[in-house]
Amino acid sequence: MNPRVARAIAWALAALLLVLPLSPLIPEFWVTLLILIGLASLTALGLVVLTGMGGMTSFGQAAFVGFGAYTTGLLSTTFGLSPWLGLPAALIVTGIAACCLGAITVRLSGHYLPLGTLAWGISIFYIFGNSAFLGGQTGMTGIPPLKIGSLALLTARSYYALVWLAVVVSVLATINLLDSRVGRAFRALRRNAIAAEAFGVQTARAKLVVFVYAALLAGLAGWLYAHFQRTLSASAFGTEANIDYLLMAIVGGVGQVFGAVLGAGIVIILKDLIQDVLGRLGMFQDLLFGILLVGILQYSREGVWPLVSFWLPTTAARKIDPAADMEVPARPARVRADALLVLDKARKTFGGLVAVDDVSFAVGEAETVALIGPNGAGKSTLFDLMTGVRRATAGRVLFDGDPIERLAPQAIARRGIARTFQHVRLVPELSVIENVALGAHSRGSAGVMSAILRLDRAEERRLFAHAARRLERVGLSKEMFRPAGHLSLGQMRLVEVARALCLDPRLLLLDEPAAGLRAAEKQALARLLRELKGEGISILVVEHDVDFVMGLAERIVVLDFGKKIAEGLPRDIRVNPVVIEAYLGGVA
Amino acid sequence: MDPTIFWTLVVDGVVNGTIYALLAIGLVLVFVVTRVILLPQGVYVSFAALTLSQFQRGNVPGTVWLLLALGCAAFVIDALRTRSRITRAWFLRRVATDLVFPAVMYALVTWLVPLQPGMAVEVALTLMLITPLGPYLYRLAFQPLEQASVLTLLIASVGVYIALSVLGLVFFGPEGFMANPLSGVQFDTAGIVVSGQSVIMVAVSLVLMFLLWLLFDRTLIGKAMRAVAVNRTGARLVGIPISQVGEITFALASFIGAVSGVLIAPVTMVYYDTGFLIGLIGFVAAIIGGMGSYPLAVAGALFVGLLQSFAAFWNSNYQQVVVFTTLIPILLLRSLRAPAVEEEE
Repeated sequence: MNPRVARAIAWALAALLLVLPLSPLIPEFWVTLLILIGLASLTALGLVVLTGMGGMTSFGQAAFVGFGAYTTGLLSTTFGLSPWLGLPAALIVTGIAACCLGAITVRLSGHYLPLGTLAWGISIFYIFGNSAFLGGQTGMTGIPPLKIGSLALLTARSYYALVWLAVVVSVLATINLLDSRVGRAFRALRRNAIAAEAFGVQTARAKLVVFVYAALLAGLAGWLYAHFQRTLSASAFGTEANIDYLLMAIVGGVGQVFGAVLGAGIVIILKDLIQDVLGRLGMFQDLLFGILLVGILQYSREGVWPLVSFWLPTTAARKIDPAADMEVPARPARVRADALLVLDKARKTFGGLVAVDDVSFAVGEAETVALIGPNGAGKSTLFDLMTGVRRATAGRVLFDGDPIERLAPQAIARRGIARTFQHVRLVPELSVIENVALGAHSRGSAGVMSAILRLDRAEERRLFAHAARRLERVGLSKEMFRPAGHLSLGQMRLVEVARALCLDPRLLLLDEPAAGLRAAEKQALARLLRELKGEGISILVVEHDVDFVMGLAERIVVLDFGKKIAEGLPRDIRVNPVVIEAYLGGVA
Repeated sequence: MDPTIFWTLVVDGVVNGTIYALLAIGLVLVFVVTRVILLPQGVYVSFAALTLSQFQRGNVPGTVWLLLALGCAAFVIDALRTRSRITRAWFLRRVATDLVFPAVMYALVTWLVPLQPGMAVEVALTLMLITPLGPYLYRLAFQPLEQASVLTLLIASVGVYIALSVLGLVFFGPEGFMANPLSGVQFDTAGIVVSGQSVIMVAVSLVLMFLLWLLFDRTLIGKAMRAVAVNRTGARLVGIPISQVGEITFALASFIGAVSGVLIAPVTMVYYDTGFLIGLIGFVAAIIGGMGSYPLAVAGALFVGLLQSFAAFWNSNYQQVVVFTTLIPILLLRSLRAPAVEEEE
């Protein structure tokens, strides 16, 4: 079948399924169940973004549902305000709470983060349950229903429409958000934060934005929940609820937007079905549920969505408009005659270990310099010092005459230093071109709101045309739309080069770019690097392949045990006895 | 606050703290060796305490059935997984550990319990019933996920926790039970009453900690566990059987949980789900210790015990809020001292 027709049919079916419960064909009982699924989907959707994309596992999302629910509950009962006013209020309160909790949470590293969310999740649950003005142990009752004009949304069917409208809008907003400049940055947070920073992403801020976005979805669910149940008890926002939400995200597929809806559906329907089938033995439902959960994880770690999406038509490939490519920014006229990059006695110690020992050298404008040395000589650490990943213990790093040794990676990227990594750091789930476009992150400016509302399309077209052109230069145009994780190691290295080029750098730092490349690919890479040099780009390359380096570099710097032991022309280095001894351990 | 109340709270805090310390050690142990965040640790505590109470009431506890069921399940599923690679030695060993042992325990319990065999036997039976749950659960739920991420393991842990707590409800019902004290002696020093039970709790905990130290420092298997904790791949390369080490680690954790359960059974009303909160607080202690250091975990546990005891005196409704909120600045501090490392999966 034509994929376009297939997609149209799939969308039509989905729309039909959504509208069907509004007709009397579906029994009231199922409509109520669908409302619960919709409400849970919203929270689980936030978790998918937070965990699957942002890499932050939260055991506290139910707390934000609680903030939303109690805010509107309090305003509409104690203060007698309209429930509709409760929506902005719920979102504002949830947003503020998320900013405060998020400011702490995103600073937690590794396993401390989920544990931290568990901790404040429990604290907030006890605060909800013990605060008299929120109804204390007995809970809050008498919350008014939502009204449209004089019509109160009391029937399940009318509420269904409202809840699923919210779900559809949230899903679309999330899809738009993830398919944007900021969205790509979010998706790099989980395992590629260092790479994202090297291309100008403010990761701490991006994490906070993801955190608040997820919390707002939960807050929205809370507002809907409060006016649906019309009574609130803290138990709905406790550890058990938190675990349920996480389950939904994991069961559905934690990296997938639709996984949230699917997971919420599976979990809620299963719980209900098991209860029905077992009848009086209802307490066994959770037992089966627990066993099922472990089983799903052992069978499909990516959750259920990948099993479903296998049957769905593929999404349309993005159209690339080469004419939209951005200009390479004009290079500032050189004021100083000295070299572009100067290392002046750069030093880095880790405890007693001197990894980089007062190393000085320079890279001139449009010059290609190679950095070689045995394993552990300090080459990659030196790269880290130049790109702000690590801070030099002493010494200076000058770029275009300005000291950069104290700058953050993002600031260094803005000045025009781009790098590749020794251990490839790509986002495997994103397509090749999306990975490359991340390199141009600092060239764009569209934010979260313009991404959600799709006001960023013109800028996106420019970024992708730019990225496509860079991919073409490294010879990977054909792989443009494949997930980066499916490429060979050599191809991944070339994608990293393309991503670095996307920044339109003045200085390119390449960490073992030829490792894993085939002979022909190496030649192509060498040709590309010569071209770049011709365009005035300076290159500093770490490489073990001596032939590759000798044919390419104008000058070679040799490191051993953190010290510079030689510097000179390739032919001199080749016969330098000190270098030979460092590599071969004395004259054989 | 007068000194009597102050010291009573301190004693209370220290006694609770040592239990948290035991749990914290178990949690740290399991986490560093297998990367599993063991939520069911608290369930072992509840199960042990309730099993002991049932013995004392002359009932056969449901945990006997659980042992039988898990043993059979582990045997069948392991056999299906191993299939063609089943050897005679494997078969005999698994029959012994998975089928014969639970059957023997069943016979022992049904024979001994009506005879009211006394505290020592009851405690021994309890420990022998609860400890094997750990390795069975490891083989059923976690061993197939050995290579999975910490998050996946955590979710599996949630699944196991849910299943076990349901069983707790089925076996023991919603009522709470309290066991007879291990000792009825009371020490009175300057108005501060310290019960013999408290002394036993602290003493047993200290002895257990000492034994664990001996295990890690002086035995080959203990050293193998430490090796796996430091570097899994490296340990595998030098021939340490990761799965077996995982099984033993889980056994240690469930043993520690069982001992804690026996110790608290006479002092608190234990419900089927009491263990969860106790386990979580043990967790807080483990986190204060950075999930990696035993002495720090013990210090953290004592701190949490004292904090809880004073918070409970100040406002019992908010004691958990205080305990869990304290965790956040500590986590922050730890994160600042150990800056983000890229998660490699």
